[in-house]
Amino acid sequence: MASVPRSFLLLSIIPTILILCADFACCNTGRKTGDGLDTDFSGFSVPLEHSFQVDDVSRFRMRGALQLRGGRETSVSLSQSQLSEEDRNTLKVGEEVAAVDGLYKIRVPRVSLTDRQTERQMDGYLTAFVRACSLVESHLSDVITLHTDVSGYLIGVSIVTIPGACRGTEVEDEVDLEAFNTTLTIIAPTNAPQPETALFIERMDIEHEKRGKPQEQKSFFAKYWMYIVPLVLFLMMSGAQDQSGGGAANGGGR
Amino acid sequence: MKPPAKMSKPTSLFVIFFSLFVMSEAVFEDQVGKFDWRQQYVGKTLFAHFDSHSQSSKKLFLATDKNIFASFNSRTGDLFWRHVDKVGPEGTIDILLLHGQDALMVVGGGRLLRSWDTNMGGLNWEAVLDTGSFQAACFVAIQDTVKHVAVLKKAVISLHYLTNGHQKWVENLPDSDTVQYQAVYSGGEEEVYVLGVVPNSHLTIIAYSLEDGEIIKQRSVEAPWLSSVESSCVVIGQGVLMCVDPATLALYTLPIQAEEAPQFNQILLQVTPVQPRLEVSLGFQPVLVSSQPHPARSPISEFFLQLGPDHHVLLQLNADGYTIAALRDFQPAFLVSFATTGEKTVAAVMTPKNETVSLQKKKKRFNNICFFKDSVVFPPQLYVHAFLKKDDSVGYRVLVQTQDHALTFIQQPGRVVWTREEALADVVTMEMVDLPLTGTQAELEGEFGKKADGLFPMVLKRLSSQVILLQVWLAHLWKLFYEARQPHGQVKNEVTIETLSRDEFNLQKMMVMVTASGKLFGIDSKSGSILWKHYLENVQPNAVFKLIVQRTTAHFPHPPQCTLLIKDKDTGLASLHVFNPIFGRKSHIAPPALPRPILQSLLLPVIDQDYAKVLLLVDDQYKVTAFPSTKNVLQQLQEMASSIFFYLIRSDQGNLSGFRLRKDLSTERIWEVVLPTEVQKIVAVNGKRPNEHVHSQGRVMGDRSVLYKYLNPNLLAVVTESTDAHPERAFVGVFLVDGVTGRIIHEAVQRKARGPVHFVHSENWVVYEYWNTKSRRNEFSVLELFEGTELYNSTVFSSLDRPHLPQVLQQTYIFPSPITTMEATLTEKGITSRHLLVGLPSGAILSLPKMFLDPRRPEVVTEHSREENLIPYAPEMPIRTEWFINYNQTVARVKGIYTAPSGLESTCLVVAYGLDIYQTRVYPSKQFDVLKDDYDYVLISSVLLALFFATMISKRLAQVKLLNRAWR
Repeated sequence: MASVPRSFLLLSIIPTILILCADFACCNTGRKTGDGLDTDFSGFSVPLEHSFQVDDVSRFRMRGALQLRGGRETSVSLSQSQLSEEDRNTLKVGEEVAAVDGLYKIRVPRVSLTDRQTERQMDGYLTAFVRACSLVESHLSDVITLHTDVSGYLIGVSIVTIPGACRGTEVEDEVDLEAFNTTLTIIAPTNAPQPETALFIERMDIEHEKRGKPQEQKSFFAKYWMYIVPLVLFLMMSGAQDQSGGGAANGGGR
Repeated sequence: MKPPAKMSKPTSLFVIFFSLFVMSEAVFEDQVGKFDWRQQYVGKTLFAHFDSHSQSSKKLFLATDKNIFASFNSRTGDLFWRHVDKVGPEGTIDILLLHGQDALMVVGGGRLLRSWDTNMGGLNWEAVLDTGSFQAACFVAIQDTVKHVAVLKKAVISLHYLTNGHQKWVENLPDSDTVQYQAVYSGGEEEVYVLGVVPNSHLTIIAYSLEDGEIIKQRSVEAPWLSSVESSCVVIGQGVLMCVDPATLALYTLPIQAEEAPQFNQILLQVTPVQPRLEVSLGFQPVLVSSQPHPARSPISEFFLQLGPDHHVLLQLNADGYTIAALRDFQPAFLVSFATTGEKTVAAVMTPKNETVSLQKKKKRFNNICFFKDSVVFPPQLYVHAFLKKDDSVGYRVLVQTQDHALTFIQQPGRVVWTREEALADVVTMEMVDLPLTGTQAELEGEFGKKADGLFPMVLKRLSSQVILLQVWLAHLWKLFYEARQPHGQVKNEVTIETLSRDEFNLQKMMVMVTASGKLFGIDSKSGSILWKHYLENVQPNAVFKLIVQRTTAHFPHPPQCTLLIKDKDTGLASLHVFNPIFGRKSHIAPPALPRPILQSLLLPVIDQDYAKVLLLVDDQYKVTAFPSTKNVLQQLQEMASSIFFYLIRSDQGNLSGFRLRKDLSTERIWEVVLPTEVQKIVAVNGKRPNEHVHSQGRVMGDRSVLYKYLNPNLLAVVTESTDAHPERAFVGVFLVDGVTGRIIHEAVQRKARGPVHFVHSENWVVYEYWNTKSRRNEFSVLELFEGTELYNSTVFSSLDRPHLPQVLQQTYIFPSPITTMEATLTEKGITSRHLLVGLPSGAILSLPKMFLDPRRPEVVTEHSREENLIPYAPEMPIRTEWFINYNQTVARVKGIYTAPSGLESTCLVVAYGLDIYQTRVYPSKQFDVLKDDYDYVLISSVLLALFFATMISKRLAQVKLLNRAWR
């Protein structure tokens, strides 16, 4: 029975490693702005839109294009232009958005990374937000994460800035607000572990062998023969005596 | 696989050590029932029979909508025994018939025929019936002895022996695709009659021979007015079929046994020579009620005709079989019933009398005998038992099932012997509320609440309250002294609503339970006695409830306040019921009108000037209604609007979205996560409990560094199941989503797994249980989130400012049993270690130490892990019987477990509800803050005294010595 769990162990380890590798690769492929566009034909691009308005009505405008490449190793890169003078003003100079607890929102359309051939357009967007003030204070350095599900659909997007706090510090340098300093990652679900029966049994076996062997191999008789043999001998002797004694008694009775 | 018994020595020793460590929570024999109680219920009665087998019998037999067959003691209302069958249509009880000592039952829509021994509750026999939906069943008697039972199904009639359940014969019914066979009748002759109807065309009567099932006669009678035999026809007198036609308001009679081509005889209600005139209420379908006292004899010729919701007429069929005579008109009368003993038959009528309901019984003399003074709740069922007394007069017992699922037993002079609140068999949700302080305590508390009015009055006030306290203390001492002189056990502490007050350690609380029938209960958690009940009328059967504690008892003199949100599942329309949880009284505060369907309700930590927390209700246009909506509240909301976030989940669309409140109480959608429904569907979403405290921010590891927990109060655990049910491709998804920012913190997929998923989300961990489709077993998985060895911002947590994702650790274990529900223990300050309370299908409640569900359990034992007290990893989770907190008090069909902290840090109050209710206390880390019962006070005080005197004496001696030395 031990062989089954062992192969099972291998099977359970392999996906974990694969996922780890995939994750690692994902992290690496997060590209900074300004990287050249990937001229990969299997990839496709979706728009990344953003909105930062004083009045709470969202008006999304183009921020950049996400280059997505599905398949075994999904990767993503972002090409985006600099913020226009007007946008910068809305964000910073007016300090309106930041001052009134304004939110900076981004959205991407719902797409599938693997199922591109069908060209099925799903309606709706995935939206995320970050406080506008923290975006300004972090000098537009943000981390955008795309989440996919098991079958490669984009299910969520998140944006955080580093640092994420709003301390109310003034951003003096206009240049700091020109270009986004974006880190982009794509995260697929991890495989939750299965009960580690194989490893446990293996460990038990090893420990067993280590300490159990010399003692267990000796049988009961082998261990205690020195007590058993005299006992048996004694019993036999006394039994024989009894028999002879009994016989004698019987004989006497007749 | 090797059995776990063959563990290596150190490992097993280690495990044994830990099990010893946690084992001591099992109860001692003398503690049974001291801190816990159980109440058993059966549900709403469908069929009830009195045991008329022997004169002195005190048994009652009930079959209920919860698929339970039970026997009660009619003197006390206690349960003798009960049989809990499967849930759902497989276990439904179609009919219960009682004859002598045998109770016959058709179960599961005509799947099984069972016979029970009513004495002991044992199963006599069980017979599997042919397929087909059940229609009717009756006993068949021949020559005054009942030997058979006939079961009518859609297309088949079968006859079974009563003694062993064997089938005597089975016959297919002719033309069963067009004729709807609905009734079976036997009047003690050689034939069994089956009545079928082709709606609005004709009636079919088939007579089967009792001997071999041969069709003796088969006739059809024109009846274009008849649509259903079941609802409009009864058999009365010498085999006369009596039907009522609501359209023409006429009664039709037909002798069943008639030989030649029969015809219905019409009796028009309007033209009958009956006084008063029989008139049917508008739009009411008249109902006939008759009685067949013994299967070997024909039914009695008297019958009731119900003409309106509260109008009944007692009629009699004359001997000619064609004409009727009215005996008495009962208006108003809600319920009627017949009962027979020997040769005497009584009719019971329940009439409302000036807001009370009275019962009347009659034969020829009309006498009111019972007064049922409880409520005006419309009663849907009435069961009467008549028996002959020693002086040959007729005695009565009555069982009334009311609409609020209460079962009341009434003795002859109108005395309510007992009442069972069967609504508690279906508890939907509950809360535990602290009891109020006593008057004097409240007086003291009130002192702080009042505005300062000068120094001198304040001092006077303080002095007076101190005097009152002293008085109370002296009274308490006197009581203690008095009680100590009484022999133990005679002191009885009756709990009534007036004497309710908080105990020293807040161990006694008020359990507010909401049941599916719309009845609310206030139950004392110490004794289990029902202190108040309130029936909400007009609650739809498919309503969902949410109970919210808006103000606790802590804000004297403001009374505590609970709000029940009742939402119709189909329309989404909701209403609020605001009440005082201690007394059950409806509050005078008017709840807001909610014209639009409600999507979500959320309780804010914002309080109004009366210390009530603000409840926000979001409607389908994402507009927000606040309750209470005073000016103060609205102003606070406006100020805080930009920091009030909430989420909505539409599981049918796989959509999770977040909103932020605007100043004008409209909302703004700020994030959106969509899980495609083609791949997976959301089955459950769970946040953390708002009243949960976490004492330690991190865990100290073996190398003395601290691993900080990721304690995000806004974290949501979202569990999904794959739409693909194939065992190889099925999966369970676990998403941890921040409820404010919509950020997916963690996303994991459990492959080859299927629901039902049960999970608990607390502190920094999520525990879930699922079915492994590959290995075909239940498995537990635990996820723990850690920030790492450094905290990002140790002073305050903000979802908006936590850029780094936490580290996620996960481990999975095999659990050797399926589970039905799961909850975690909760204590006042969160210092006590946590246990998981797992409800098992067997009715046991397992208290599983969280220590066993720790993803940091090491594969290989190291110095560090030993330092940390980590149990080495073992793939199988043990179930120890000492961990069953309810020892042998099993809770049938556990549906939910509620935990509440008590005033003692070590103690957690637990209520498990399902069919039964079980209340107990658990001590996850033992009673570290309580002295033992057998603590030796005498020894410790004598030692202290001795030490004190020794010090005094030695001090004196030392002084003397010093003096002597000085003189020298």
